[in-house]
Amino acid sequence: MSNFSVYASRLAEKTEHFTPGHRACVGCAEALAVRLVAKALGDNVIMVNATGCMEIISSPYPDTSWDVPWIHTLFENTAAVAAGVESALKVLRRRGKVKDPRRIKVVAMGGDGATADIGFQALSGMLERGHDVLYICYDNEAYMNTGIQRSSATPFGASTTTSPAGEKSKGQQTWKKNMPAICAAHGIPYVATACPSYPFDLMAKVKKAVSIQGPCYLHVLSVCPTGWRSASDLAIRMGRQAIESGVFPLYEVENGEWKLSMDFEKLIPVADYMKGQGRFRHLTEQDIAGIQEHVTKEWHALRKKCGLE
Amino acid sequence: MGKREGLEVSLAVAEAVKLARADVIAAYPITPQTHIVEKLSEMVAEGELDAESITVESEHSALSACLGSAAAGARTFTATSGQGLELMHEVVYIASSMRLPIVMAEANRALSAPLSVWGDHSDVMAVRDTGWVQIFCESGQDAFDLTLWAFRAAEDKRVLFPVMVNLDGFHLTHVVEPIIIEDQAAVDAYLPPNDFPVPLDPRKPVNMGTFAPPHIYSEIKKSQEVAFQGTRPVLRELLDDFAKHFGRKYNFVETYKADDAETLILTMGSYSQTASVAVDELRAKGRKVGQVRIRLWRPFPFDELRAAVRNAKRLVILDRAIASGTSSPVATEVRSALYNEEKRSKIASIVAGLGGRDILPEQFVEIIERGEKIADEGQKEPFEMYGVRG
Ligand SMILES: Cc1ncc(C[n+]2csc(CCOP(=O)(O)OP(=O)(O)O)c2C)c(N)n1
Ligand code: SF4
Ligand SMILES: [Mg+2]
Repeated sequence: MSNFSVYASRLAEKTEHFTPGHRACVGCAEALAVRLVAKALGDNVIMVNATGCMEIISSPYPDTSWDVPWIHTLFENTAAVAAGVESALKVLRRRGKVKDPRRIKVVAMGGDGATADIGFQALSGMLERGHDVLYICYDNEAYMNTGIQRSSATPFGASTTTSPAGEKSKGQQTWKKNMPAICAAHGIPYVATACPSYPFDLMAKVKKAVSIQGPCYLHVLSVCPTGWRSASDLAIRMGRQAIESGVFPLYEVENGEWKLSMDFEKLIPVADYMKGQGRFRHLTEQDIAGIQEHVTKEWHALRKKCGLE
Repeated sequence: MGKREGLEVSLAVAEAVKLARADVIAAYPITPQTHIVEKLSEMVAEGELDAESITVESEHSALSACLGSAAAGARTFTATSGQGLELMHEVVYIASSMRLPIVMAEANRALSAPLSVWGDHSDVMAVRDTGWVQIFCESGQDAFDLTLWAFRAAEDKRVLFPVMVNLDGFHLTHVVEPIIIEDQAAVDAYLPPNDFPVPLDPRKPVNMGTFAPPHIYSEIKKSQEVAFQGTRPVLRELLDDFAKHFGRKYNFVETYKADDAETLILTMGSYSQTASVAVDELRAKGRKVGQVRIRLWRPFPFDELRAAVRNAKRLVILDRAIASGTSSPVATEVRSALYNEEKRSKIASIVAGLGGRDILPEQFVEIIERGEKIADEGQKEPFEMYGVRG
C-alpha cells in the first residue's frame, strides 16, 4: 500500500492546466492542490478566482499560469461572479449563441478567508440559488497572502500575526468554523473535504463534483509552510498527519448522506501533527490535551453522522 | 411603428431592457428602483423575456454577477439606487477597468444617514469618477430611449465601458408619462446582438483580471483612460444614429433659450423641466435668461459645455448633492472646465432638492434671481443652500 501511494501519482493526468513558473513559496501544498484540481478538471472549464495567494502567485500581468479561461475580480465576490458566468452560459446556450455541445463547468476558488469570512454571504447566496458551480475552498487556515492573519478557519491555539501568542494570549481562541457542514446545511447535492496529500482522493472528488448538476462544495486543506512555520519538505506528510489525527477528516456529503472517505481504528495523537508547526510552538502539554479532547469529540460526532457509531 | 402609452417610467425602462433582449439580469431590491426589476422578473416569469434573472443576496453580488455574465459574453443589465450603489462601490471600478459592457439603471437616491428613500444625486456623485459612461434622463421618454442607447453604446467595440442611466428617484421613476415604446423590429434593427470580443470560452482561453506590478500598472490605467476619454466622438455618433432610427435627438448638453441669455441656469436630471418653466416666466418679463442642461455627465462634455455657456455673463448652477468640505459637484466641474477660457461667466453654486425635496417653478425663479445676485457680487462661500431652515 505504501509503495502504491509513492508510485501512483505517476498515473495522474500528464497535461498541466495550472502550468509551471508560478510564484508560490517552496513546498506550498495549496499550489499543489490547485495543480491537481486543474488536472482533474481538464480544459472544458471556466475558472473564477478570488484574491489571495493562488491568484497572486499565478497571474502577475502579463504572465499567467492558467491555460484555461480564468477570471479574477475581487476578494469576496467569487461565488457571485461564478453565478453570473454560469447564468450567462445557460441563457446563451438556450438561445443558441453557445454552440459547443459539451457542458462547460464553472469552477470558483478562494482561500479560507475568501470563503469562510469575507465571501461567506456571496457563497451562501450562490449555493442557495442552486447555480451549477463547483466552489473550491483552499484552506491554509489564515490570510496568507496578506501576511498570516487569523481567519475563522484558523485552528484553536494557532499563533498568527493578528492572533499572536503572547504573555496574555495562547494564539487563536476560537474553534475552526465548520465550512463543509455549513455548506451541507444548504442542502446542496455534494460537499466533500480533501487534501493534496491524497492526490487521487482529491482528483476523484473533483471529477465527481463536476459530474453533478447543481452547486458543489469542496474544502481542501492546504499546508502552507510559510504561514504554519513548518519545514517546506514536510507539507505532504503534515497533510497526512492532519487526516490521520482526525484534525481534518476526509469525507463526502452526497445528497445529505455523510460518508467517511478514510476511517481509522485509532487516530494518531494531535501532538504528532502539531509538533513540526511553529504556529503551535507556544502551546503547553495541557493546551494540547484540550485540543486533543475537542478533536476526539468531533471525530466521534462525524463517525456518528456517517453511521459508523 | 412604436406606440405611445401612458406608462410608469420604471416600467418603460423594463420595456427597453426586454426589447433589447437582455440575456442576464442581476439585481437586488431597493426603493425607488424596485419597480424596474419587479417588472423584469414578471416578464421572465411570463415568458415574455427569455433571460436569466439572478436574484442575488446583495448589490455587491448583483454587480459581481454582472461581471461574470458580461465576461462570458451575455448582454447584462442591473438596476440599483442609493445605498445599493454604495454597496456596489468596489465592484463599480472593476466593471469599467475590465471593460465590461454592463448597463445599469440608477434611480438616484439620497444617502443615509439619516435614512432617506427619496431622490437626489448624492449616490451617483460618489461614483462619478469610476470610469462608467453616465447619462441623465429628464423624462420618461429619455429613460426608455437612453436605456436602449446604453446597450448600444456599452457594447460598441470602440467603447466597451459600462453605462449608467440615471433617473431621479420618484420624481422620474414613479411618475406616469406618455412614452413611445418602439416595436421589436425597430429595436432589433437599431441594436445588433452583443458580440463581446474576448468572452470566457474554453475553446479560446483568455485570462482576465491578472494583477499589475508597479512597472505596468500606470500603463494599464493610462490605456483605460485614453480609451475612456476617446469615447466622446463615438458616443456623439451613437446619439446621432439613435436619432436616425427613432427621430429623437439627444445631445451631451442641451440648451433652452440660451443663445442670447445673459444668465443661464444649469441643471441635470428631471428638475430641468421645472427649471424651463421658470425660464419661460422670466423671459415673459423680458429678462434674458436661458437654460443649459448637462445630459452626459461622464465622460464630461467639455467642448459642448464651453460652447453652450460661451456668451453668458452668469451661470447659476443647481446641484442636488453636497460634496462635503468643498464646493458642489457640478459647479466644481463646470468651474474647472471654464478656468482656462479667455472669457468666462461668473458662477453661483446653489444646492437644493436634497432628499426628495421639491423645487417648484416659482422657487426656480427665486433660485435664478438669487444666483444672479451671488454671481454679480462674487460668491464667498463654496456653495449656498436654497430654502433650507436653520
Ligand atoms: C475587500 C478586501 N479586503 C481586504 C483585502 C486584502 N486581502 C487580499 S487577499 C487577503 C487574504 C486572503 O486570505 P485567504 O482567502 O485565506 O487566501 P490565502 O491567501 O490564504 O490563500 C486579504 C485580507 C482585499 N483584497 N479586499
Ligand atoms: S504563503 Fe503559503 S499558501 Fe501562500 S504561496 Fe506561500 S506557502 Fe503557498
Ligand atoms: Mg488562507
